[in-house]
Amino acid sequence: MPEAQDSPHVEIRDLVVARGGRTVLSIPQLRLSRRETTAVIGPNGSGKSTLLAALQLLLPRERGDLLLDGAPIAGDPLAARRRMAAAFQEPLLLSMSVRENVELPLRLRGVGRRERREAAEDWLERFGIAALARRPARALSGGEAQRVSLARAFAARPELLLLDEPFAGLDAPTRAQLLEDFAQILAEARPTTLLVTHDRAEALRLADRVAVLIDGRLRQWGTPDEVFSTPADEHVAAFVGVENVWPGHLLEERDGLAIWRCGPLTVETAAATGAAAAFLCVRPEQVTLSTTCRAADPSSARNHAAGRIAAAHSEGAFMRVTLEIEGGEPARLSADISRVSWEELGLSVGHHVEAAFKASAVHVIPHTKTTRS
Amino acid sequence: MDLIWDGLREAARLWAQGDAEVIAITLRTLAISAAATALALALGVPFGALLALRRFPGRGLLVAAVNTGLGMPPVVVGLVIVLFLWRSGPLGALNLIYTPYAMVAAQFLLALPLVIGFSLTAIQALPTKLLEQMRALGANRAQMLWLIMRETRLGVLAAVMAGFGAAISEVGASMQVGGNLAGETRVLTTATVLETSRGNFELAIALSLILVVMAYLVNLALTTVQQRRTV
Repeated sequence: MPEAQDSPHVEIRDLVVARGGRTVLSIPQLRLSRRETTAVIGPNGSGKSTLLAALQLLLPRERGDLLLDGAPIAGDPLAARRRMAAAFQEPLLLSMSVRENVELPLRLRGVGRRERREAAEDWLERFGIAALARRPARALSGGEAQRVSLARAFAARPELLLLDEPFAGLDAPTRAQLLEDFAQILAEARPTTLLVTHDRAEALRLADRVAVLIDGRLRQWGTPDEVFSTPADEHVAAFVGVENVWPGHLLEERDGLAIWRCGPLTVETAAATGAAAAFLCVRPEQVTLSTTCRAADPSSARNHAAGRIAAAHSEGAFMRVTLEIEGGEPARLSADISRVSWEELGLSVGHHVEAAFKASAVHVIPHTKTTRS
Repeated sequence: MDLIWDGLREAARLWAQGDAEVIAITLRTLAISAAATALALALGVPFGALLALRRFPGRGLLVAAVNTGLGMPPVVVGLVIVLFLWRSGPLGALNLIYTPYAMVAAQFLLALPLVIGFSLTAIQALPTKLLEQMRALGANRAQMLWLIMRETRLGVLAAVMAGFGAAISEVGASMQVGGNLAGETRVLTTATVLETSRGNFELAIALSLILVVMAYLVNLALTTVQQRRTV
C-alpha cells in the first residue's frame, strides 16, 4: 500500500474503563495499522464490546487516549463518531426502507441525496442485496438484515470500521455464506477495521492482526500465526485452542534441549527458556499416533506417551482423538489425525496406542505470577 | 324521540345551508385546538424524550407531575390561567383574558401532559442498543430526536390524537378563560353548553354532531397515517 503502513492509523494508549469501581478494561497500548483488520478475540465477558463502546465514545473512560492519525479524538464525540462506523451482532436497522437505512449515515453527515443514493446502491450491490433496496428493513431475514447493517457501516466511509460479533447471531449456513462474501468485500475495500469476535476461525479468516483480550486485559497482540502457534500465556493458549497445555517442571537442560517432567510424561522441548516451571503447549495436529512401540519404529519424534483412546469424534476430514494417559496428571492428550489414518490403523475407542510429537512442536510458556502451578 | 329527530334534522339543515355562524364556530374550534396541540407537541415530545432518555435528579418528581397532569381537572387549569391573565394578575398587562389566545393556553396545558406521557412511554420502549446505534451512525442531538420520533411514530401519533382529543373536547377551562363570547371565543363545546342551557336542543345536537364528526375525521386521518404500512 502506498500509505504509511508502519505508522499506526489508530492508537489506544493507557485505556482504562471502570464499572462500579471495578476496572473492566485496561489496555496499555493497542495500535491498528492503516487498512488492516485487527480481530479482538476473547471469551464472553472479556471486555471486547466494552472496548468498542469506549472507542465510539459511548462510554465514560477512567483515562486513556484514543488517537486517529496521531491526533486525539476525544475532544468532540460527534465528530469522532462520524469518522467511524459500527455494525453489531443485532442488525439494529431503523424502520425505513433498506436503501434509506444504508443512506442514513451519509444523510446524517449532510451528504447530498444523489451522492448518498449512489453510495447506498453501490454497497447494496456489493453485499448482493440490491434487489431488496425498496423493502422495509424490518421485514428482512436475519442474514439479509445483517448484510444491510454491514452495507450501512461501509457506506458511511469510515476511517475506522468497528464490528462487534457481526456474524454471531446467524445460523451456520447463512453465517458461512456471509463470512465468505464479507471476507472478499473487506479484502477489496480494506478500511482500518477492528473486529470483535469470540470465534477463532473468524479471526483467522479475516484478521491481519489478532489481539487477545481476557478479563479486560490485553494478553497478546500479534499476527494470527504468532497468537495461534505461540500463545503468550496459558490463558491465551486455552482460549485459542491449543488443546494440550501441561504444567511442567524443568528436570535438566542438555544438548540444547530442555527436559521437563509433566506428571507421568517426560517431555523434551527445543526451546530452553531458563525458566524452572512452564506450561507446555502442543497443538493436536502436531501429535501422531501409532499402534507399534517406539523401538520398532524409530523416528525423529522425541516425545512419546502411551495411552488408551477414550474418545474420538469426527471434524470433517480429521478425527479428534482423546487419549487417556495412565499414571496421573496430565490425564489426557488430544491428537488430530486424518480419517484415512484412523481407518488404516484400524483404531477405535478403547485401543491402546502410542502418541508422539517432536520437541520442536512444543511451545513453552514460562510461568508467570498468574499461572497455575 | 321527536326531540332527537328534530335535532338531527336541524343539524342536517345547518350543514346543508352552510350556516355562517356554525361554520365560524367550527373553524375557530379547529384553529384553537390545532394550535394548542401543535404547541403541546413542540414542547411535549422533546420533553418526553428527555424524561425517557436521561437520568437526572428530580426526574422522578417530574414524571409524577406529568402523570398528575394526565388527570388534571380542566377547571383547575382554567382557574390558574384566569388568575394569571386577570387584569390585576401577573400577566394582566397582556390583555389576553377572554381571547382565543387564552383558550389556546388552557388547551395547551391540558394537552401537554398527555403528549409528554405518550412520548415518554413510546421512547422508553425503544431498545437501548438501537439508540446507541443511532449515535454510532453519527446523529447529533437534533437528528437523534428526529430519528427517535420516526422510530416511535405510532406512539407520537397516539400522543397527537390524545392531545387533540383533550383540547377539542374541553369545555370548562375554555369557558373560564374565553368567556364564550359570540363571534370571538365561542367554540363548539361552549356553544353546545349554552344552547343546551337555553333549551335549544336542535342546535345543541347539531353542534355536538359537528364536534364528534370533526374529531372523528381528524383521528381517522391520523390513524390512517399511523397504521400505514411501515416502510
